[in-house]
Amino acid sequence: MKPLYWLALAALAVLLPWLPGLPLFWVSLACQIGICAIIATGLVVLTGVAGMTSFAQASLMGIGAYATAVLSTNYGLSPWLGLPAALIASLLVALAMGAVTLRLSGHYLALGTIAWSVSLYYLYANLDILGRNDGISGIPPLSIAGWKLIDIRASAVVIGLGLLGAMITTRHLLDSRWGRAMRALRGGAVAAASVGVELGQARMLAFVYAAVLAGFSGWLFAHLQRAVNPTPFGLVAGIQYLLMAVVGGAAHLPGALLGAALVVLVNNSLQDWLPHLVGPGVNAETVVFGLALVLMLQAAPTGLWPLLARKAKPRHHDTTTTALPRKTMPALGSVALQAIGLQRRFGGLVAVADLSFTLHQGELLGLIGPNGAGKSTSFNLLSGVTQPNQGRVELAGRDMTGSTPQDMARGGIARSFQHAKLVQSLTVIENVALGTHLRGAASPVAAVLRRDRAEEARIFAEAAVQLERCGLADLADASATELALGQQRIVEIARALAAGPSVLLLDEPAAGLRHGEKQALAALLRQLRAEGMAILLVEHDMEFVMSLADRLVVMDFGTVIAEGRPQDVRNNPAVIEAYLGGVA
Amino acid sequence: MMDTSTLLALVQDGVVNGAIYALLALALVLVFAVTRTIFIPVGEIVSFAALTYAGLDNNATPKVLVLTMGLGLVAFLRGAIRARGRALLMLGLETLAVPATVTAVVMVVVPMQLGIVANAAIAIACVAPIAPLLYRIAFAPLAEASVLVLLIASVGAHLALSGLGLLVFGPEGARGEPFSDAVLEMGPIILPGQAIWVLAATLATMIGLWAFFRFTLAGAALRATAINRRGARLVGIATDQAGLRAFWLAGMIAAVSGVLIAPLTTIYYDGGFLIGLKGFVAAIVGGLVSYPLAALAAIAVGILESFAAFQASAFKEVIVFAGIIPVLLWRSLRHVSVEDEE
Repeated sequence: MKPLYWLALAALAVLLPWLPGLPLFWVSLACQIGICAIIATGLVVLTGVAGMTSFAQASLMGIGAYATAVLSTNYGLSPWLGLPAALIASLLVALAMGAVTLRLSGHYLALGTIAWSVSLYYLYANLDILGRNDGISGIPPLSIAGWKLIDIRASAVVIGLGLLGAMITTRHLLDSRWGRAMRALRGGAVAAASVGVELGQARMLAFVYAAVLAGFSGWLFAHLQRAVNPTPFGLVAGIQYLLMAVVGGAAHLPGALLGAALVVLVNNSLQDWLPHLVGPGVNAETVVFGLALVLMLQAAPTGLWPLLARKAKPRHHDTTTTALPRKTMPALGSVALQAIGLQRRFGGLVAVADLSFTLHQGELLGLIGPNGAGKSTSFNLLSGVTQPNQGRVELAGRDMTGSTPQDMARGGIARSFQHAKLVQSLTVIENVALGTHLRGAASPVAAVLRRDRAEEARIFAEAAVQLERCGLADLADASATELALGQQRIVEIARALAAGPSVLLLDEPAAGLRHGEKQALAALLRQLRAEGMAILLVEHDMEFVMSLADRLVVMDFGTVIAEGRPQDVRNNPAVIEAYLGGVA
Repeated sequence: MMDTSTLLALVQDGVVNGAIYALLALALVLVFAVTRTIFIPVGEIVSFAALTYAGLDNNATPKVLVLTMGLGLVAFLRGAIRARGRALLMLGLETLAVPATVTAVVMVVVPMQLGIVANAAIAIACVAPIAPLLYRIAFAPLAEASVLVLLIASVGAHLALSGLGLLVFGPEGARGEPFSDAVLEMGPIILPGQAIWVLAATLATMIGLWAFFRFTLAGAALRATAINRRGARLVGIATDQAGLRAFWLAGMIAAVSGVLIAPLTTIYYDGGFLIGLKGFVAAIVGGLVSYPLAALAAIAVGILESFAAFQASAFKEVIVFAGIIPVLLWRSLRHVSVEDEE
């Protein structure tokens, strides 16, 4: 979005609270909404974008709140010094929590955050330095040049600007190299790993970012309330923040504000009229909230914002900027990839018994065999997705056995998948841009500060070039979900090419393509071969593979039964038997 | 320093509480395996059963019946949107007739003052149906959703139910009559009657569950659904029914735990949540799939808690819940595969 637009919003945040005639009560509600929306913004990144659930955001908010409360009361430091302390404290706590829990799969992580939340709550309630259950009171308000921001309208300005800042940094972060990597965590992790995204780092980034926003919100909260105690940092509060994100639409940034506003306002009016309905002292709003959460998930699992949002406008992608750095292609004819006696068992099933072959630069090797011959398992062994029980994989003469998919990607291997794995929440060109992950260098901090624009332009230029090359330039801004299956496979090839590989592994790229599209693909593969690319092709379309491949390796029951030039393999009796069945 | 008798008392205390956590861990593993739901409201069932049992001391009709019948009505209305004909009739039987029958029987039986064991049965009958009704209202419509969505819904159901608990039972806590005042002395070990009841009931429930899974067709169907949902459906098992059964069993187990714990400690309307969470800690140690591992872990949690309460009572909960973290760490070190999560 344009800086002018942000500036207008900032001016609004500064001026609006002072509007004559505005009831102070509304301003105070707005403050509450702003503080909640900052936490919900973090949850958009964590839950909506990266697909992880945390019930501990209120506890992390507590870290920020207590950090500044202790420093500004016990040690008499300025609240402004409390801000970096709150941010750093929540960052460190999140790093420690994440180191222990983030490698867990989805629901374990969520349960882990429940355990953290309960532990932290009791810690707050029992530590002397935090004032136990009574908490800490007498926290000084923020002050600017001696002017104390005691007026709620002044606080509203600070909170409004804080929320705006959080929204801007989040938008910047999501629209970056690491933003795409985090989006890929939801349903595209395997594909992201194949282009070198370190998934653990991406998960940690989302978790820590959400925690730092929670800590920031806690800092605002402490100096607005001027007192803290454990109650607002418990599990129930943590659930409420998640409710806000879910109600608003966890995958959408404006949804955070929408959700926070709805929940705070509804909560407020419930507190007004529920006591008349069911009598005082009854916690009826928790009933309503619990039911609302359940109904929301059943009726509109993607939240309310998508119902209001418009479709994003297509962006123009300049293809003329300087190219991204890429590894030089190794010499034509040199050994690219070597499999030496690979074996892989799954329990009693031997999927690959003994696979050996050599692939050279500038060569197109076809790997064929009947269904169940072990071709896809071989692909996974060669790209580091699965580890062999025996044997070795060598990349340009370097032993890569036991490497992760990310190591393989760094070594110059790029691949497509038999079942196309595109990130559903990204557009076509963004999916291709994900492929350049290892060729970019911008850090998340650079992204937040918008220092990555030049590199981003080059990334998108590269992605646009590869899409054009694959004949899908028209679909650049389409959503990945709109594509036909054949087109999805081609996007995967474009993504693989965007990684700048020297070895390309393609798993049934021609499946689902029409005749003309197949011819275009064949032409592309021939061109890539001429450029020196080493290509390993698994394909069922015999005509396609016979006309393209320099050599064929034929597998059956996990072993190589024939190898050689296409016309020789075609007449090999063992191959004919494998495909047509034995003639007794 | 701790002397031997203190040590023994702490271990004994831990084992008794651990047995209750073990029951809850079993209920949680069962529900998760069959429906992929992490059943957080299990804690509310525990408190409601405990409070209902304690309330029966003065022979009043249990207030919780209003809640059970109300949930039945909601479940009926929720299901009646789609159900027609026979399905509607079955739904009506399940959601309206069962709670109504329980209410009628209880209203007849309570004034007869049949004693403590009857009171325990009444409390279980009043509270256990809440679990399957929750399944109908909250979880069955989300059967195809991700574990995460189900978990969030589960937390929502917990929140709603705990608010309703306050409405029904009020903020005061209550403690139930012990099942027996007898005390068994074995050398240095002094075993109160209630402890024996807890251990015996836990053991009986476990054996009963084992027999159910091992020897009955319904149990086999549950196991099949737990192992492979789609496969179970393909061979003609109604996975929806399997889910309902799992929730029935979980509701009964949780209600039994509530009645067992009622004489041991004062329970408040929201007290079950922490007890349930400790069952979770144990269930997670078992990876949410292994019953024996979960039961053993539950005993360990009980003992850890009892020692923590003795050494640093203020930090008891911190220690118990932080205790899950090394377990998570251990699990995360074993869990290295790259997988796509939706």
